[in-house]
Amino acid sequence: MADRYIEPDTPELRARWGNFAWTEANAAKAKDIVARYPEGRQRSAVMPLLDLAQRQVGAEENTQGWLPIPVMEYIAEYLAMPVIRVVEVASFYTMYNIAPIGRFHVQVCGTTPCMLRGSDDLLATCKSRGMKKGHISADGLWSFTEVECMGNCASAPMVQINDDNYEDLTSDRLNAVLDALARGETPKAGTQDPARHTVEPVGEPTNLVAMMTENHDYRSEW
Amino acid sequence: MALLDKDRIFTNLYGFQPWNLKEAQARGAWDNTKDLIARGRDAIIDEMKASGLRGRGGAGFPTGMKWSFMPKQPPLDQNGNPKPSFLVINADESEPGSCKDREIMRHDPHLLFEGALVAGFAMGARAAYIYIRGEYIREAEVLFAAREEAYAAGLLGKNAAGSGYDFDVFVHRGAGAYICGEETAMIESLEGKKGQPRLKPPFPAGAGLYGCPTTVNNVESIAVAPTILRRGASWFSSFGRENNKGTKLFQISGHVNRPCVVEEEMSIPFSELIERHCGGIRGGRDNLLAVIPGGSSVPLVPSADIWDAPMDFDGLKAVGSGLGTAAVIVMDKSTDIVRAISRLSYFYKHESCGQCTPCREGTGWMWRVMERLRTGDAHVEEIDMLQQVTKQVEGHTICALGDAAAWPIQGLIKHFRPEIERRIEARHGSLQEAAE
Repeated sequence: MADRYIEPDTPELRARWGNFAWTEANAAKAKDIVARYPEGRQRSAVMPLLDLAQRQVGAEENTQGWLPIPVMEYIAEYLAMPVIRVVEVASFYTMYNIAPIGRFHVQVCGTTPCMLRGSDDLLATCKSRGMKKGHISADGLWSFTEVECMGNCASAPMVQINDDNYEDLTSDRLNAVLDALARGETPKAGTQDPARHTVEPVGEPTNLVAMMTENHDYRSEW
Repeated sequence: MALLDKDRIFTNLYGFQPWNLKEAQARGAWDNTKDLIARGRDAIIDEMKASGLRGRGGAGFPTGMKWSFMPKQPPLDQNGNPKPSFLVINADESEPGSCKDREIMRHDPHLLFEGALVAGFAMGARAAYIYIRGEYIREAEVLFAAREEAYAAGLLGKNAAGSGYDFDVFVHRGAGAYICGEETAMIESLEGKKGQPRLKPPFPAGAGLYGCPTTVNNVESIAVAPTILRRGASWFSSFGRENNKGTKLFQISGHVNRPCVVEEEMSIPFSELIERHCGGIRGGRDNLLAVIPGGSSVPLVPSADIWDAPMDFDGLKAVGSGLGTAAVIVMDKSTDIVRAISRLSYFYKHESCGQCTPCREGTGWMWRVMERLRTGDAHVEEIDMLQQVTKQVEGHTICALGDAAAWPIQGLIKHFRPEIERRIEARHGSLQEAAE
């Protein structure tokens, strides 16, 4: 995690984000989030609030969203905790972007289960489209990261782009997804294998066949 | 004998049917939960103990016994007020190869919420926090929505499910740190800090979340509890060998013809699991090189040893590995085995929290040596040096991440040392030729 750097705190950054405040909708959400934790333990809400703030920044600038220092300060003040504790959390957890990010954050899983099923091809596909690890493409559309296991191993290889997973990928299938996103479409998330539903054995079902067609209740067979 | 569909707990595992409350109830979830709770704390814990359920998160600690460690009388805080107790449900599924809790949460979340109530009641907890890994974004959305349904139906909250017991469940999203799957790191993270594991003791059952008694359980361990209570301990313990009871979600990835997640009996032989559900090894049985049978943290097992091994805690221990989360990573003979393990070393380097020196420095060091062994750019003595370093990391850190980083390398050296030596010799040979 040492290869992550916080975007420097410059006068320009402060001018842009210094007056960050929740939108009305997010203010209500933030209140709701803090209420999930016992009284006096509001600091527990720092993770969900950083996520909310990142999404608000993203919505404002039409990117995946990230966390400029003034936004972290806002969270610290909101939760009455020292700024450094917020920065610590934001820089420890990899899902908080601590530097600017593109419209689509293409996260290719490269850990062994995906590697065995061909994630090298997916990394090569991204590179051949001009994406560079840790960089935003010139048109601002793509950020590209190789990430660690995303927990989709039975439908590997996979890519997470912003909030959606695309699984059972090949180079062609990934290209189709990226092309669709570039055109402003919303490609179907989940497995990209047309013959597969989720993580069942593709082709011949080996179990729970009745469930495929009806909400079967097995209790009468107990 | 194969596990019959009627004996599967996760009947909507593949999500062919909706996850919603109405459909889940039609399948048997939240069926008279009030009666389960009316049995009382001790009866529930005794039934869980009798079922032989061992924790499904990797360590395999008996679940009923874990619940019984929670104090019967709440300890008092400094003002003399009783402290609340908490159940924390570990949904930070990040072990490479593991992808079972995801299917439970996105396709049958009500099994988890019902289990949370029953387990929380049995251990005297005031509330449960489900800590779901940050990358499971859509899965978390399902959890939030299912939670709303359960509250609206009176199944959670005040007088949960009409039991007279008040119990809340909250969902907390992580943000991309493998280490938070370690129970004390998870508690730190829930408190709004970096996920760095705590020294034990004190154990969470004494002082966990907010300093209160806490039990951390895996999603699968909690989600199976209501069904075990309904069908009885003897039903659950009729599957699997002694000390390895029950049904289990297996996740098979890598070089099989049809990777999948499937619920099967514990102790099913590896060969049967692969042949029945996965269409066999890619290229046939003779093409199998090695298997990591329990997620990235356990040592690999070569093909000859794994084929007939029973897939359970003791059976895999006997072949020098472990069941872990039952995440079966299959590698055929096309695999660059050194690279496959080196990639795991990179994973541990990336995920080390940086707290303990042997792990922070050791994981990076081990990965760099592994990369040189991969290309053969090393001396034969360095294999032994690497082995020694893994032994110095193992057991010398606060949590088990150091061990988890060491074991895959030890397994590789144990079973594939000739392959590593071959690469070193091949590279030295080609360098000599070039010099001449």
